[in-house]
Amino acid sequence: MSAKWAYALAILISVTIVIFYVLDPTKTTSVVSFSLRYAVPLILAAMVGIMCERSGVINIGIEGQMLMSAFAGFFGAALTGSLLLGTMIGVGTGMIMGAMLATGAVTWKMDQIIAGTIINILAAGLTSFFYAQGFTLPGITPTLRIPVLADIPLIGPVFFDNGLFTYAAIVSALLLWVLLFKTVWGLRTRSVGEKPSASDTSGIGVQKMRFWNVTIAGGLAGLAGAYLALEAAGTFERGLTAGRGFTALAIMIFGAWNPIGALAAAIFFGLTQGVASQLQTDAVVDIPPQFVNMLPYVLTIVLLAIVSGRIKPPAAVGRPYEKD
Amino acid sequence: MSTIDPAQTDLGITDPDPRRSGPLDRVPAIVIPVVSVLLAFAMGGILIWLQGVNPLFAYQVLFRDALGSVDGLERTMEKSTPLILTGLAVVVGLRAGLFNIGAQGQLLMGAIGAAWAGYNFTLPPLVHLPFCLIFGILCGAAWGSIAGALRAYRSVSEVITTIMLNSIAIALVDYLASRPLKEPDQPLSRTPLIAESAALPYIGPIPSGFILALVVAVFFGWLLVRTTQGFRFNTVGMNPGAARYAGISVKGTILLAMAVSGGLAGLGGAVETLGITGRFEPAFNIGLGFDGITIALLARANPLATIPAALLVGTLRAGSSSLQFQTGIEPEVVSVILALTLLFVSAPIVGKLLFRNRSIKQTTVTKGWGA
Repeated sequence: MSAKWAYALAILISVTIVIFYVLDPTKTTSVVSFSLRYAVPLILAAMVGIMCERSGVINIGIEGQMLMSAFAGFFGAALTGSLLLGTMIGVGTGMIMGAMLATGAVTWKMDQIIAGTIINILAAGLTSFFYAQGFTLPGITPTLRIPVLADIPLIGPVFFDNGLFTYAAIVSALLLWVLLFKTVWGLRTRSVGEKPSASDTSGIGVQKMRFWNVTIAGGLAGLAGAYLALEAAGTFERGLTAGRGFTALAIMIFGAWNPIGALAAAIFFGLTQGVASQLQTDAVVDIPPQFVNMLPYVLTIVLLAIVSGRIKPPAAVGRPYEKD
Repeated sequence: MSTIDPAQTDLGITDPDPRRSGPLDRVPAIVIPVVSVLLAFAMGGILIWLQGVNPLFAYQVLFRDALGSVDGLERTMEKSTPLILTGLAVVVGLRAGLFNIGAQGQLLMGAIGAAWAGYNFTLPPLVHLPFCLIFGILCGAAWGSIAGALRAYRSVSEVITTIMLNSIAIALVDYLASRPLKEPDQPLSRTPLIAESAALPYIGPIPSGFILALVVAVFFGWLLVRTTQGFRFNTVGMNPGAARYAGISVKGTILLAMAVSGGLAGLGGAVETLGITGRFEPAFNIGLGFDGITIALLARANPLATIPAALLVGTLRAGSSSLQFQTGIEPEVVSVILALTLLFVSAPIVGKLLFRNRSIKQTTVTKGWGA
């Protein structure tokens, strides 16, 4: 989507939200808050995708990385009795899963989509195999209300009165944007994703750069998984991630591989879901729940069909680097 | 991912020049999958051992139940039937340079389509059964064509769209089975039973659906290797630029390949409905499409090799429930073993270990979704 249209859409949506807020403040705030909570794992997972693809590696295994981390994070927290330790275990698991993908897709130069698919199948199998009932979390994740800012109407309760994971997601998007576009690391990362042969000539270790970026990105997938198990669901169940890792890839595309763009796209996705659920709850229209469930997927396909060809992915994405 | 230049996709599965491959070059193609399966079993054994069960005993239970009796064999063949077809579905895609992750969704559409055609019409048996099968194929083909058309005409990666279409299909069939196509006067979400005339006939201990799947596999073995259409698929998969130069419609071939792929998966669902379950329930058929990916990669995109690969997966799936019953081991251990098999087959681990001096061609589906 061209930037002009994206801005126009963003303004249109914001104005609509404000109008609804004037009509019904409570309901509007709850829908917008829901949207942001829905968007948190999508934002984090989209950052994983951006970090990997900007370095030239397709990560179709985000789903599996999140699932494994959600599993490890939940049982870690339940067994150690600490949500913080659980989160750290989740992030660590995500990084191990990231290193797995990096080993396959970068070191071994496997087909990147197959390498990611294996991670997904393996994660689904392992988490189901080791799944055990009867565990509960030691508590609920703390929320942080930022004084003053949280008192702003609408924006306050939505953005400044949240669980810690929500802040982490927003900060990670802003931070990744700065890192990608304003630092040496960012320039190098983008160069190995666009023209690895040129980076190699100028002395950047393409393989090393790709390996570590994919591994560290796995840590963000771990954070997303920990959020799902420890805050959003408060438990672990089989197939907890429910395709969010794949939706995140689509969000990465709508955001044109730009962290800020993906952040906006994820919130937009959350809004469609929030509005659909609200319409269903209010019984304004009789939408079968299955149609509400399929909404993000239909939206993904429709938007992909619209934007395809207008935004360009990193030029070297998907291709293992071979020295000439 | 969103935009694909077909000229950059490349399928490295088939040897571009068959004259150069001597009989010795075929050794890795057989040895690597076999060694991979054994390694995966060894690692699965460790998991079973960690749960306090003797792995040898567990595997004995698994295989004795799946292969040790006429009943067990029949069940194994029944389990393998849709797997051969979804495996073939993924193979057809791979040949044309497409990674169809959507066999699951296409299979569901075929399964519910065949169920509807099976209970909604009253037709003579000789007409009704083929009608239901074809209707199931068409439902799957239509579902596959969505991804095919988006890839061919809008350059949207089929990897993402087929994953999304899986989720949409799961929600859609759940809706259909719980509202418009629901069997009236009972609480469950399921369609009515199909008419007798639509059921696959019982013709002895070998299920007729299994025979059908074998025939289809042989047919595709012939089609993909010996016919002009197969040549078109392979050429578009290996070198779209050359295909275009040779006057092959790359877009048309991509669309056709996804339709055929979806149709095969749809047939898998139809055979499941008409031969095993007799009706459609949303809880049925889960996972069959994803096993198709494993089977196709295990078979290295060779249509005939999907038969042994599907039999292996079917054996494990058939034996896994009694494994749980007799040893308390979660049946999901089979999924772990299959994922590990896939890892060993696709990663260069086994190849490097055994054939150090020979360059082993890696399985390549697509060299990226970049423009």
